[in-house]
Formats: sequence, C-alpha cells, structure tokens
Amino acid sequence: MGIPRFWRETPSRYNLIGTKCGSCGMIHFPPRVICPSCHRKSIGKMERTHLSGKGTIVSYSIVHDAPHSFEMQKPYVVAIIELEGGCRLTAPIIDCSPSDVAIGMDVEATFRKLGEQGEDGVIHYGYKFRPAREATK
Amino acid sequence: MKVGIVSYGGYIPRWRIRPQDIASTWGTDGDAISRGLNIRSKSVPYPDEDVITISVEATRNLMKKVQIDPKDIGAIYVGSESHPYAVKPSATVVAEAIEASPNLTAADYEFACKAGTAAIQTCMGMVSSNMIRYGIAVGSDTSQGAPGDPLEYSASAGGAAFLIGMEDVIATINSTISYTTDTPDFWRREGQTYPKHGGRFTGQPAYFKHTLTCAQRLFEEADTKPGDYDYAVFHQPNGKFPVSAGRKLGFSMEQIETGLLVPEIGNTYSGAVLLGLANILDEADPGSRIFMIGYGSGAGSDGFDITVKDEIENIRTNNCPTIMEMVENANFIDYATYAKFRGKIRL
Amino acid sequence: MRDVAIIGVGDTKFGELWDLSFREIGIEAGLKAIEDSGITGQQIDALFVGNMSAGKFIEQEHVAPLVADYSGLSPRHIPTFRIESAGACGAAALACAHMSVASGIYNIVVVGGAEKMTDVGDTQAAEILSATADQEWESVFGATIASLFAMMARRHMHTYGTTREQLAAVAVKNHKNGSLNPIAQYRKEITPEMVLGAPPVAEPLGLFDCAPLSDGAATVVLCPLDMAKRFTDTPVKIAGYGQSSDTLALHDRRDICTMDATVIAAKKAFHTAKLAPEDIQLAEVHDNFTITELIAIEDLGFFKKGEGGPSTEDGRTALNSDISVNTSGGLKARGQPVGATGLAQVVEVVRQLRGECDKRQVDGAEIGLTHNIGGTGASAVVHILRRVN
Repeated sequence: MGIPRFWRETPSRYNLIGTKCGSCGMIHFPPRVICPSCHRKSIGKMERTHLSGKGTIVSYSIVHDAPHSFEMQKPYVVAIIELEGGCRLTAPIIDCSPSDVAIGMDVEATFRKLGEQGEDGVIHYGYKFRPAREATK
Repeated sequence: MKVGIVSYGGYIPRWRIRPQDIASTWGTDGDAISRGLNIRSKSVPYPDEDVITISVEATRNLMKKVQIDPKDIGAIYVGSESHPYAVKPSATVVAEAIEASPNLTAADYEFACKAGTAAIQTCMGMVSSNMIRYGIAVGSDTSQGAPGDPLEYSASAGGAAFLIGMEDVIATINSTISYTTDTPDFWRREGQTYPKHGGRFTGQPAYFKHTLTCAQRLFEEADTKPGDYDYAVFHQPNGKFPVSAGRKLGFSMEQIETGLLVPEIGNTYSGAVLLGLANILDEADPGSRIFMIGYGSGAGSDGFDITVKDEIENIRTNNCPTIMEMVENANFIDYATYAKFRGKIRL
Repeated sequence: MRDVAIIGVGDTKFGELWDLSFREIGIEAGLKAIEDSGITGQQIDALFVGNMSAGKFIEQEHVAPLVADYSGLSPRHIPTFRIESAGACGAAALACAHMSVASGIYNIVVVGGAEKMTDVGDTQAAEILSATADQEWESVFGATIASLFAMMARRHMHTYGTTREQLAAVAVKNHKNGSLNPIAQYRKEITPEMVLGAPPVAEPLGLFDCAPLSDGAATVVLCPLDMAKRFTDTPVKIAGYGQSSDTLALHDRRDICTMDATVIAAKKAFHTAKLAPEDIQLAEVHDNFTITELIAIEDLGFFKKGEGGPSTEDGRTALNSDISVNTSGGLKARGQPVGATGLAQVVEVVRQLRGECDKRQVDGAEIGLTHNIGGTGASAVVHILRRVN
C-alpha cells in the first residue's frame, strides 16, 4: 500500500471527519464532493463535519480467516456501525470477547493501529470501536 | 499566575498477565517472584496498541475533561523508551489525533522511565516564558522484557498525559528540581529488541541514590517535610522500591498507597509515576499537597511539589474513565497469548 | 437493435488446474466454443474477455490481446476488450458483447471469461478478492469478503429468522447438483452436518458456506439471431438483460439484506424479456456464499423477502422442483474462477436449454436466468435466455 494513499485519509481515519450536505443535511463518511440525494444542488455545499464516535452495531462477523495484517488478532470482530447522526461505517470491535458482541450493542470509537507496511515500514493508525463505557459499567 | 496542571488523562490496556503464569513457563517460583516484586499482575498491550495509540488515548481523555481549543496547544512532547519508530515522532500523531496540528512544536523524548516528567518540565518552561499558551506532556510505554529476564515480570504498558498551562490550573506546580548523573544501570542499544540492565546495580547506586537525593533537594527547595504532604508518588519499577524509598524519606504507607499502581499493572516505565499522579488527582481534595519523584535509568530524577486547587472539581466529569476504572478493567491472559500479543512469536 | 443469439459454448474443467496456465485455460474454453458454434476463426469480428485480476493473480495485465494471440488470431488483428466488474466480469463482458452485436457494429463475437487463482497462496488470493469491496473503508479495517457476506447473513437471520440450517441447505443442494456436473470442482455430495460442523471462516459462515478458489474459463459465441440458424440448429436467444450498480461499500447500502442492484437488474431483464419470475424454470444465481443465493432468489423475485431460507430448506430450489437453482453446482460446487463465473452460468443455462445436461437436466427447459454479482453487490447483471424453436 502506498504511503500517500494512506496518509491523505488520516483526517477521516484519525478524527472521523465526514461531510454534511448543505442542501439536505445528510451526513456522509468518508467525505464526498457530491450528495447522492441532492446531486448538483450539493456541489460546493458539502461541509466538513465531525462524526460522533458513538454508535450501535447493525451487524457483525467474527473473522477466523484473517488477512495477514490481522493474523495476530484472530478471531476478531468486524462490524457495520450506525453512528449517532445516521451514517454507517465498517470497523473492528475490540476490547471485548467476540461472544459479548450483539446487534444493537452501543460502541464508541478508539484509536488503534490498523496495520503496517511490513516490520520496517510505515504504521497506519485510525479508528476501531469498543463497547461503549456506559454499556460496560 | 503560577504554572500548573490544567488537565490530565491516562490509559491502561485491559489485558493482564500474572507473574505466576510467566514463571510457570520459565520454571521459576511465581509466588516468590510476585511477593519479591510486590506485583500481582501487569498490563499487556493488544497487538494493535503501541506508544502512539496509548498516548493518543491518554491525551484524548485529557481533552475530554476541558473545553479548550486544541489550536491553543503550542507544544506536544511524548516521552517513552518504546516509541514505535526509531526515527519519526510519536508526538506528531498525537497532535493530529487531537487536531492540534499544524501550528505547534512537537518532539519525542527518551530518558528511560523519566521522559514524561522531563516533558512536563519542558512544557512548564515554555508556558512560564510565554512561548506557548498550553503544552502537553505525555509519558507512555509498551516496555519489553526479554523472555525469561526478570524484567519480564514487571515491564508493562500504559501512559498518562498532562496539559500544562497558567489558566484554569487544577493543580499548581510549586517547584520542580532534577538530579542527573551518568549511571549506566539500564539501557537498550540501537537496533536491539530488548533492554539490558545491571541487575542489582539498578538499585542502590541508581534508583535509590537518584530518587532519594532528588527528594532531599526538593524538600530543601520547597522548604517542606514529609508531614506537609497528603500524597507521595515515586517511580515504581516494582512494588518494593517506591515503598522503601518513601519510608526512608519519612512518608507513611497512607501517603504512598494512592500513587502506587505497580502491584496491579506492573511498571509502565515513562507512564508509571504519571499514572500514579493521575490516580492521586482523581481522588485528591482541593488543597492537597503532592510530592512526586520520577526516575529514569541512565540516570536521573525529576522532583515536583504540587498543590491541588479548588478548580479540580471543574474537570471531574464522568465522560472518561478514571484511572482506577482502567486498573480494575482487567482481563487475564496466559503466557502463550502474552507472547503472541508482544510479538515474541514471529510469523 | 437486433436480437442476439448464443450459438456456441465451451468451458474448461473448474478447479485447481496446476498444469495449466491462464493462456491455456483461456484458449481451451475458446476453442471448444468456436468448435461448438460451427464458426471459423476467420469469421470472428471481436473478442471480449471478462477477467477480474490477472494483474494480481498472475502479474499479467492486457490479457484480451493475449488470449486472441494464443488462439492464433494475431494475424487477423481483431479488436479485443477486457471487462472488469469484480465477480460480475463474465456477465458484464457478455453484456458488452451483446450490445456490440445488437447495435450492428459486429456480427460474430467471442466472449470469454477466465481467472487463474491458484498461482498465489490462499491468504493472498483472499486479499486480492477483498479489493472488490471498498479497499479504503472496508478492507483496511479488517473486513474480508467472507466477513461482509457474513454480516448480511447475520442481519438476515436477525431480521427474518433465517437459520444456519437453511444456509447449509444451499450448500448441500449445490454440491448435489455439482456431483452431476462433469466440469465441477467438487463432485461430492455433502450433508448438513458437514456444513454446520465445518471450521468457521467468518461467523456465522463456515468453510462449506464459501465457494472455493478456482482456475477455469468459459466462453460463448454470439451472433445476430437472424444469422444463428446458419451455424447451429439450437440457438439460444438472449431474451432479457438488466444490469445495475450500487454503493461500493456494504455499509452504505439502503438495506444490507437486499441487493438493490439485483432487484433493479432483474426488473430490467424481465421487462426486456416480457417475462416474469414465475416464467423462469432454471436459474444460475451467484452463490459465492450460501447467504448470497438466499438473498438472490428473494431479490430476483422467485421468493418473498425472508422466504429464501425456508424455501431452500423445503427443496423448492432443487433440481426439477419449483425452480431449479444452480443446476451446475453453482459457484459453491462448480467452482469460482472469478472472471469466468458469469459465462460459466450462461454455458450451463445454454446446455440446459439445449437438453444436454444428462442427469442434471431440467425437464422441458425453455427459459433460464443467470445472475452474476460483483463485490458485495455493487454490480449485478441478470440475463434471461430462451430456447429458439
């Protein structure tokens, strides 16, 4: 994976920055230059916005056949998460046992290593999600 | 206005291993080691955690407690002896992850276990001289002990971050003082995976000499005595050294115990004394006075005389976990899992 | 626009073809199709090749002229096209070829699909396949292709009460059909217990819920329908075609239990064919995972949403039942050489409509459908094929 290809996505991967359509208010992640609902009306009106780091699990899978970069973490959970504000993304669920994960579970964003370009290469960081603190207390 | 702590945050990975589980792998007496070190368990980072992620989590916890604009942070220093990169700063990632970039200075520090306290001193100087409005000092480590080495029973992971400034200070730093010599008690050569140490040489001529001398100099500087303090916190490579040092200086167990986290989480190196301080700040009443001495091999000690202010109540929000909450969120793993998590098994 | 017919089909055996290179499988299927069609190489106007990732699997791009070249067509300098649409390459290539003939630009066109997947290791192959999902916002975050389909399965189970046993019934049926197909990668029947007891890949999906990695090629020859009888007595008409797309990332879909791309492609195909789902006797649907077939038979209109599982478990999609689904064994048992899949489906339906399928023959087969998707459903292509009497 190219260094610049990953580097240019760091604002969204570090800080969940998406866009809000200035026409209809719909939030998109990652940022888009055109709103799929408003088309031409939205051009130039897609504003940067911070997404909530809180959401709920829409669905999930426990991955056993892992890509190389996740080999040390298998089995691991990957989920589709619906964020507060109505936008969805895909992320691993960490800091819990796979058997504790459920559809509808509240989760919150955390900051972890996503991978690296080999032992001597650049390390990539970004969001993963964990059970929400309120949910675990 | 006096310089001090404006906010703070900590982070401890949730995984733990017991000395007994390490000892059973190496054929040693785990109970004896546990008693000898006064360590019941140590924290272990997940494979996707490193000094950068721990520093970011600790710093984000710090930011959650206050309403300051990250753009007002003029400096970020991350102190660690286990930075993921030998060349390429950890601090830039922290800066980006709290959106303090790009108009600030940032650098990584290394001074064995006291790089974090050195970073606090740097921020104090920069704030006091009006170079910056706020500075962030982080001490964080994912320290490594070679398989079978005595260090393996204590070397753990965690970190704490401190926001230093002169406005809305929650604890004033009345004075700070350092004591530094060239004493090679512990080191890691460039390119080596695991650190080496001088065995018993790490004790008397290293930890104790620097910690105790620095403490005496701080008493003189602050014109105080042990009885003037509610809390005392020392660098804690194990559960015995800080207690022994504290007792020698005339502190009681009651003064020492709040800052002593090593029995439950092990030695978090650059994070150790700072996580102890963070735990004290979580519970200290306004007006409390704290005596803190960090230590880093190589060797040196940084001492701090701190007074908690009424403003501490303003940052006691419930939107991030307390240090004790993180200490108690413990999930135990066996040695094989630990070896995998720590990259001791190579794929 | 002219009506278009399929006048010849050919394929290779599917599976781990250690002895054969990409070139060799491409040519084998091509020559068989040409022979089957009764045309000569001199009559070919153009070649379309469906291929997903030769660049990653065999480090060779520019495979369309390569196939023409090794088929001996280089002196003729025919135009060649490579079509990439992830798992839907084959059907998308057919769609492009179909349009070129229907429009009158070409008369006789060869459409091949091929993938050589076993020259790389399993983990690498899975990573190459994961590039058909959203690499930046799914794959980077640890989502494998299997895990994305597993998330559809889990949500389908949550919403409609679909069971693991119903998913297993898809694999059991397709293996049974595959056991009757000479080119299938797996010609062994399996039991529900074997599916349920298989090692997990991406829960709730296990090894037997997943189609294998395969080598293979399939080819068809097209010409205008009004010319077809010159070459063959058994032309098959492309009666309906629909193609559609959707968000690349699964999480951006309206509903992760429905592939809107399939729904829309099917509507278009039925509209052009002037047919309805109940007219379809047999269907080759995309079953890279067991859940994919359940979702497909719902989205194509064969069963109501949520009834794919019970219907399959009740045998309503078995050979010569309500609708014969995946008589070839599907991707699950026939194999899944990605670029070849869409055309292998067409080859199977053509053979069924010609009555050449022996023990797996659908009685009185006249109308069949193929359904080919790319990625997690960001592309979908539906063709309806009809015997010309």
